[in-house]
Amino acid sequence: MLKLTDVVTHYGPMRVLKSVTLEVRTGEIVCLLGGNASGKSTTMKTILGVVRPTAGRVELDGERIDGLPTESIVRRGISLVPEARRIFARMTVWENLAMGAFTRQKAPAGDLADDVERVYTLFPRLGERRTQLGGTLSGGEQQMLAIGRALMARPRLLLMDEPSMGLAPVLVDHVFDIIQAINRAGTTILVVEQNAPVALSVASRGYVLQNGRIVVHDTARTLLATDHIRRAYLGED
Amino acid sequence: MADVLAILPQQLVFGLALGTVYGLVALGYTMVYGILFMINFAHGEIFMIGAYVGWWVLAGLLQAQMGGLHPAWVLPLMLLPAMLFAGALGVGLERFAYRPLYLRGATRLGPLISAIGASIFLQNAVMLTQGARMKVYMTSLLFPRGWRVQIAGASISALVIVMIVVAGLMMWGLHLLVQRTPLGRSIRAVAEDREMAAIMGVNVRRVVAATFFLGSALGGAGGVLVGLYYTQIDFFMGYSAGLKAFTAAVLGGIGNIRGAMLGGLILGLVESLAVTFMNPAYKDVVAFALLILVLVFRPTGLLGEHVAEREKV
Repeated sequence: MLKLTDVVTHYGPMRVLKSVTLEVRTGEIVCLLGGNASGKSTTMKTILGVVRPTAGRVELDGERIDGLPTESIVRRGISLVPEARRIFARMTVWENLAMGAFTRQKAPAGDLADDVERVYTLFPRLGERRTQLGGTLSGGEQQMLAIGRALMARPRLLLMDEPSMGLAPVLVDHVFDIIQAINRAGTTILVVEQNAPVALSVASRGYVLQNGRIVVHDTARTLLATDHIRRAYLGED
Repeated sequence: MADVLAILPQQLVFGLALGTVYGLVALGYTMVYGILFMINFAHGEIFMIGAYVGWWVLAGLLQAQMGGLHPAWVLPLMLLPAMLFAGALGVGLERFAYRPLYLRGATRLGPLISAIGASIFLQNAVMLTQGARMKVYMTSLLFPRGWRVQIAGASISALVIVMIVVAGLMMWGLHLLVQRTPLGRSIRAVAEDREMAAIMGVNVRRVVAATFFLGSALGGAGGVLVGLYYTQIDFFMGYSAGLKAFTAAVLGGIGNIRGAMLGGLILGLVESLAVTFMNPAYKDVVAFALLILVLVFRPTGLLGEHVAEREKV
């Protein structure tokens, strides 16, 4: 579904992605692992066209999307749950969800209302707080809202940037349960994480990014089982 | 003192009328700031050009003996082209004077200085094409002086009532648009987090253009109303009116739409009170003293929130 081939991305003169090649196949959960400043978020931003790659290609269903403006890339069915949530703090929970469905303005109002209800069923806390401003929610609730907002676009491919960051351990498990549920319902997922064990436990395959390069790529099971990889790349002793 | 109190209700109504118009013009500053973090210093000239367009329409209609139109149609006929022209001018300024700068990563000062240049350019363009002399709005033919109502000791002219109603309706309309419609939501989304808005699928450039159009159209309407009120317009009128409206926007909290409306109202009322209780020459002193006082105690303005600024590119 999504294919990056030898992608290079610069921020000004700084080469952040040096060579990223990865593939996400329809129906998979793929995780992209790596430490701070390894280029994980930049990979996400490159896929979405927020930054443009200086070399290489990004393809969605065999069509090149690098170089397209962000809004046309997301209209092809990609949503993002961004790092640090970035919900619209001055909008209500409902308005945030409505923004999530921005690309579906021509959809019947009934469909959108059903999808909002579906998000409230998935996250009852959001339903209780539908008229509250996003900025007044707790961190966990904001994460739920960020996921709900991304689902409102009915994405085929969901990108998640550090969904576990800053969450209490109980909530981390809950979030990853939901990621699996979303995937079972038919959405392909690429998740970026520092919390490698949890992410690999739900993923089918994983890539390890270090200094802007993919250094390891294997099935999730193998990555979890291989001692030297765990030590070298996944930050475990 | 008794005399002063007797004209107080009257002055308050004037203040209200002036305040709603300040608010209308202030919206243009605040909306553009909210979305681009820049002060559109040419907004005063957009307001001035709105006043000229209204004047052309009025003069044309008068020359054609109103063309058989009922007088009630005249004001909408003046407002509509003034707003469309002003709106288009705002969009054009953004497209050709500001966007090339901020897209190429100029600092925030770049578009600001370009705006000052655009302001000078527009003043001179109007002076050269329309002449430096004042144009007279034939307001009394539209709203005869005899049309007045007496309320609580104030004698209020029909024009003042119309100004308050028109400006009030426009602000209410803008409020509904921003709060209730998808376009309004996307304007707020871009103001809050431009990158995230794009990731939601919002075409940011189109939203910026729409914001310029709306703010400029309201400024153009303000120009027509001020023209009718003061009955004289010239190419330089946008300077002081723009400064006042900008003050109103800062007073209310720049970037905040309700703040601009509130700031305009307060400024209008305070000015007319200053005129009532002291030498009219001090009205600007009072207005700016109030601004300073508010900023000392609330640096973000009355309704401005302190939001941690995310880098806007």
